[in-house]
Amino acid sequence: MASVGFESVRKIYGKTTALRDVDLLVADGEFMVLLGPSGCGKTTLLRCLAGLEQIDGGAVRIGERDVSDLAPRHRNIAMVFQSYAVFPHMKVYDNIAFGLRMRKKPKDEIQRRVREGAELLQLEPFLDRYPGQLSGGQRQRVAVARAIVTDSPVLLMDEPLSNLDALLRLHARAELKRLHGEVKRTTVYVTHDQIEALSMGDRIAVMKDGEIVQVDTPGVIYDRPASVFVGSFIGSPPMNFLRCVARNGTAVGEGFELPGPAGMDGKKLLMGIRPESIRVGEGPLSARVVVVEPLGSHTLLTARVGSELLKIVDSPDSRIRADEEIRLAPEPHKIRWMNAESGMAVQAPS
Amino acid sequence: MNAATAPVRRARSRGFVIDKVLLYGAAGLLALWTLVPIYLIALAAFSERSAISEYPKPLLPTRFSTDTMSFFVNSTGVLSSVRNSIIVALGTIVVALLIGAPAGYALARFRFPGRDSFQLAVLISKMFPIAILSIPLAVTFIGLGLYDTLQGVIIIHSAMVVPFVVIVTAGVFQGVSRELEEAAQTLGTSRIGAFLRVALPLALPGLAAAAIFAFVTSWNEVFAATILTVRNTTLPAQVLASLNSSPLYFRFAGGFFLIIPSVFFIFFMRKYLFNLWGPGR
Repeated sequence: MASVGFESVRKIYGKTTALRDVDLLVADGEFMVLLGPSGCGKTTLLRCLAGLEQIDGGAVRIGERDVSDLAPRHRNIAMVFQSYAVFPHMKVYDNIAFGLRMRKKPKDEIQRRVREGAELLQLEPFLDRYPGQLSGGQRQRVAVARAIVTDSPVLLMDEPLSNLDALLRLHARAELKRLHGEVKRTTVYVTHDQIEALSMGDRIAVMKDGEIVQVDTPGVIYDRPASVFVGSFIGSPPMNFLRCVARNGTAVGEGFELPGPAGMDGKKLLMGIRPESIRVGEGPLSARVVVVEPLGSHTLLTARVGSELLKIVDSPDSRIRADEEIRLAPEPHKIRWMNAESGMAVQAPS
Repeated sequence: MNAATAPVRRARSRGFVIDKVLLYGAAGLLALWTLVPIYLIALAAFSERSAISEYPKPLLPTRFSTDTMSFFVNSTGVLSSVRNSIIVALGTIVVALLIGAPAGYALARFRFPGRDSFQLAVLISKMFPIAILSIPLAVTFIGLGLYDTLQGVIIIHSAMVVPFVVIVTAGVFQGVSRELEEAAQTLGTSRIGAFLRVALPLALPGLAAAAIFAFVTSWNEVFAATILTVRNTTLPAQVLASLNSSPLYFRFAGGFFLIIPSVFFIFFMRKYLFNLWGPGR
């Protein structure tokens, strides 16, 4: 099997720098998600790994090999494309067999492996059909089957679920995760959907403007975002940020005062807090409810604290009404302090 | 609610019917526009010689005869010029596609400096009428030893067709997703292998359309063929040469004979065209 390494990878398109010295190590068998808004360079990074783009600096490694200058076919990777890129002029069987034929495998082995792949993705009834006769979800599974039967140790996926409708995407997401559990390939998965990233990734690399801003497990990314950007990009609704100023170990904001980070006196801070980490009832923050949205599993409140809006997740049987004055208590250990000027998290002096 | 939507629906379906009538009416007119002359020519070609000057003309072949046609086919030079025409037309297809299709592919896939001006320059070559070029061409061809050869005619016909082939194939290759070729590459093909195994098969309908155009253009082209050949002439040039000195029925037979191959060629290529533009996609 193989790990994947990016070492100061740089990619330039004319005058724009798509990747600025990206460093990233993906462990053998790991499911790494590249997450970021469109145009952040995540797909470019994946294509550099595939060999579909030439890098302008740095190195790409697969296992022990430096593959920076190798053609895609010599990198021993498999890729699932956003459009699936299933060959429309070949039957499902021939699509799945394509990579094996190119690798000049013996006939009986090809047959056996195509059957296995088709079984793994429940495609057996469709082997004799053309892709045009399949639904979007089935085509997506053909693309995945075609990629995994080659036994390439590294699997690349470029937003493979983004063309599916919402319900199917939910199902396919779980299927892909199950599949990864079974085949244990090193996987690099590109998405702009933070839920996908949180649910599937062993680790997530959050990207912005051609740089990786944080790499960590989904739990840490969610609870301890490294910057305002990460906090507001991940989570739905995103993390709240309230402006305040540090004063003698406390943070003073509009109408509230909380224990804050030490040694930051006079600095402008943002108090980051997830909507579900705010208790309604007693607490140091006073707020006026603006909107109440019952959403079944929970109630989403929008409340005004001073001049800022805050999203709060309350219990589904919440009795709070719009225009009500409420008290709020952010859970102290869930607060993430950010430097308001740099937008970066304040490192707790530990 | 039904009462309210019913008139709307009726109005809509009436509009639909009018659309259909207009569409089929226009299509019918276009079909008549081309089919009536062809039919009349065919009628004359397959009637007895004396029937040519009959008036009023019967619209059905009352005096069917193959005499006229067999006279035409058996007259001197016709068979060999048919053979020449076929060689030239097929040669034009091969040369025009070999030159034009890669250029079209490059236009579709790559962003290179001068791409836009190239696209324009391709069309500029269509600006010069062959009549102006014919004398210098004939002189050059004599110098090159290409005068009165089929290769020479193939070269000229290809030059006439290539711009069209470039533009059509560029559109065709643009229609083949780049991701398909990239997928093939990640699965183990080279860049060229991806083209041959994926892009080319998917582009066949469009290439067929370009081939049809090349064939028909070459088959019908008369001016360059007349100027550049003397004995090794193509059918249109042959017919043109003997037009003035031949009787009316001979001209009808020649006209009919010139139509057939194009009709057949298009007929067999038709399914590829429908793949390209029809509901198949």
